[in-house]
Amino acid sequence: MSWDIKNIKKWKSADHPAGSTIPVGGNAIEYKTGGWRSEQPHWLEDRCTHCMICWIFCPDSSIQVKDGKMLGIDYDHCKGCGICATECPKDAIQMEEEEK
Amino acid sequence: MANLKELSLKEDYLTGGHRLCAGCGASIAVRQVLMASDVPVVVGCATGCLEVSTTIYPYTAWKCSYIHNAFENVAATISGVESAYKSLKRQGKIDKELKFVAFGGDGGTYDIGLQSLSGALERGHNFVYVCYDNGAYMNTGIQRSSATPIGAWTTTTPAGKRQIKKDLPAICADHNIPYVAQASISHWKDLTAKAAKALEADGPAFLNILSPCPRGWRHASNETVGIAKIGVQTRYWPLFEVENGEWKLNVNVREAKPIEEWLKPQGRFKHLFAPGNEQLLAEVQADVDRNWEKVLARCP
Amino acid sequence: MPKTVALTGNSACAQAMRQINPDVVAAYPITPQTTIVEEFSTFVAKGLVDTEYVTVESEHSAMSACVGASAAGSRVMTTTSSQGLALMWEVLYIASALRLPIVMHNVNRTLSGPINIHCDHQDSMGARDSGWIQIFCENAQEAYDTTIQAMRIAEDNRVRLPVMICFDGFIISHAIDRLDLLDDDVVKKFVGDFEPAISLLDPEKPVTVGPFDGLYGYFFEFRRAQELATLGSLPVIAEIGKEYGQVSGRHYGLFEAYKLDDAELAVVVMGSTAGTTKVVVDKLRDEGVAAGMLKIRSYRPFPATEIAEALSGVKAIAAMDRSLAPGAIGSPVFQEIRSALYDNSERVPVIDYIYGLGGRDVPPTDIEKVFSHLAQIAKTGKIDQVVNYLGLRE
Repeated sequence: MSWDIKNIKKWKSADHPAGSTIPVGGNAIEYKTGGWRSEQPHWLEDRCTHCMICWIFCPDSSIQVKDGKMLGIDYDHCKGCGICATECPKDAIQMEEEEK
Repeated sequence: MANLKELSLKEDYLTGGHRLCAGCGASIAVRQVLMASDVPVVVGCATGCLEVSTTIYPYTAWKCSYIHNAFENVAATISGVESAYKSLKRQGKIDKELKFVAFGGDGGTYDIGLQSLSGALERGHNFVYVCYDNGAYMNTGIQRSSATPIGAWTTTTPAGKRQIKKDLPAICADHNIPYVAQASISHWKDLTAKAAKALEADGPAFLNILSPCPRGWRHASNETVGIAKIGVQTRYWPLFEVENGEWKLNVNVREAKPIEEWLKPQGRFKHLFAPGNEQLLAEVQADVDRNWEKVLARCP
Repeated sequence: MPKTVALTGNSACAQAMRQINPDVVAAYPITPQTTIVEEFSTFVAKGLVDTEYVTVESEHSAMSACVGASAAGSRVMTTTSSQGLALMWEVLYIASALRLPIVMHNVNRTLSGPINIHCDHQDSMGARDSGWIQIFCENAQEAYDTTIQAMRIAEDNRVRLPVMICFDGFIISHAIDRLDLLDDDVVKKFVGDFEPAISLLDPEKPVTVGPFDGLYGYFFEFRRAQELATLGSLPVIAEIGKEYGQVSGRHYGLFEAYKLDDAELAVVVMGSTAGTTKVVVDKLRDEGVAAGMLKIRSYRPFPATEIAEALSGVKAIAAMDRSLAPGAIGSPVFQEIRSALYDNSERVPVIDYIYGLGGRDVPPTDIEKVFSHLAQIAKTGKIDQVVNYLGLRE
């Protein structure tokens, strides 16, 4: 179920859900925190052994995985904290300066 | 005990798009705890960094149902949710299997939340209380809590905290609940195994999780996991569990790294290295030793 | 067949709770509410109810657990008094803001200090801005009847707000009174099944209850929506009171006008003292005095328009206040009455009588003094003293 909040800034009292209860789960995914970055992780796929260490340590659920394999990085939400690069046992992620 | 690949197939209950700081230890703790559940969870959260940053209306980063009430009462609130579940299930009005998890920072758990936590544990509600321990009231600006380690700078202990850290896991264990454990985000295997045990326990379970805070501890955002690891390796944060009253040390740190290795990377301990403060430094090491011996004495 | 019984107010309320059979009760004992929770515990122990009864460790946790249980989509009740109500204060605001239909008895007892376990309305007055509906009861019958109606009011889709049933500590709670109970199945049918608006317990439909609202958020809109629901509950309270009348023979409204139609002197009062006032009104009428009484039933929301109309023909009014608002001109009931009357075309003199604090007894002779004072004011058209005290050693 999705909740259409496109025009929320124009909503009147009656338009908001009663009691401020958000009627869906996980819609924060629509909010992009990628703009917070000053550094960006780069995934060096050929060095990656898909050990999943970066995935378990990402505070922002931004390491994309599927069927036991790493797919890439969710740049819409990655805040560039650098934990993945620091913890990767194979140096398969490297932090580079965010381009403007 | 699942391996990482198996865990990676589990549902991630926390989405990206929350506003926790880059490198926050709390969200790592939440992700690791919740991925240990095989059954849908209902989450309660005390006021604090986690709550405020994950539920800024109209956005919620929680894919499961979630409730926030006030600062000191997540344990009481979840007691109510769990009681409703028990009642409705007993009356045949609901048949799903659900688990209940309450999250609180050390502020909302060790201090203002201690009463409601104690009440919920004593009454034996079937839920897991997870304390993400970052050692201060971080959300309001790094003020000291009873979980702040001795010697640490905080905004209300600018010369360094004078009291030792309250031993909350021991207090919880003395409520005679089925499961208590201390874990660290760095040791994911240990943490997820403990989370699974906590969720399986028939009755209350308490998890105390070391969750470093780059802002409050004054370290770089990429060092969060590394610092948690050193916390374990210096014996500052013993990893143990208490199953039905039986204490067990999970990681026996035979040769502890000197406490300086834990203190030096954190700006909040900078003053301990100023000339003339050697006594304070010695106090910190002595306290780590005392606490380690205390844990050892309980474990066979 | 309705049963005529002799019960204390607390026992009557416990019976109503038993008949309603809520899913969860989370409560903490405090004098003079204690016998409600004790009796209800015996019902739980005997298996007379399906209720999950949570013996919480404080009133703050009681209301917190009620919030959790109600948000989980279950029918929830609790009860408290005085310091207990004060202790759960912050959670009262949360309960109403989250639009949770929790029903609670507040057995009116004053607030410390010094510590005093007896009746006045200081406790519930402190919560009058909390967003809870507050209904006052005159006697055990009303407390029982209002409990049953409260469940319907709270859960009504037009309302969905928590309801506080207020009745006087010891005077109503502990005194044995004669009242009629409805049959179990009549109550069950009147109250109906609970259809929650939200539930935390449906994993297919996750919700986030109690989010954070930022500086550029929508707080003002949430509050306004809540306020509209509170105001909108006035007709619902009247409607349900009428429906209850059809089922029980006892009709309830937003207030009770006692010999008010042709009254010249009127006393406005809430709670058990209304009973005493009725006796005095009857006596004065026998003596040829055009005395009348307006008993407020719904205090929040306050039926200002309706009360202003009911009092419009009167020559002098005394509002009776069983609480103190230090620093204000008089106490809450006086303030609300004076404010409600402000827009009436004819300005009627209104005075305040503060009485019964800390359980100070209010004999009929004291109420007669009030009417004498009103008679004087009606005669001269002038108020000598706006705020007065009854039974105070001065």
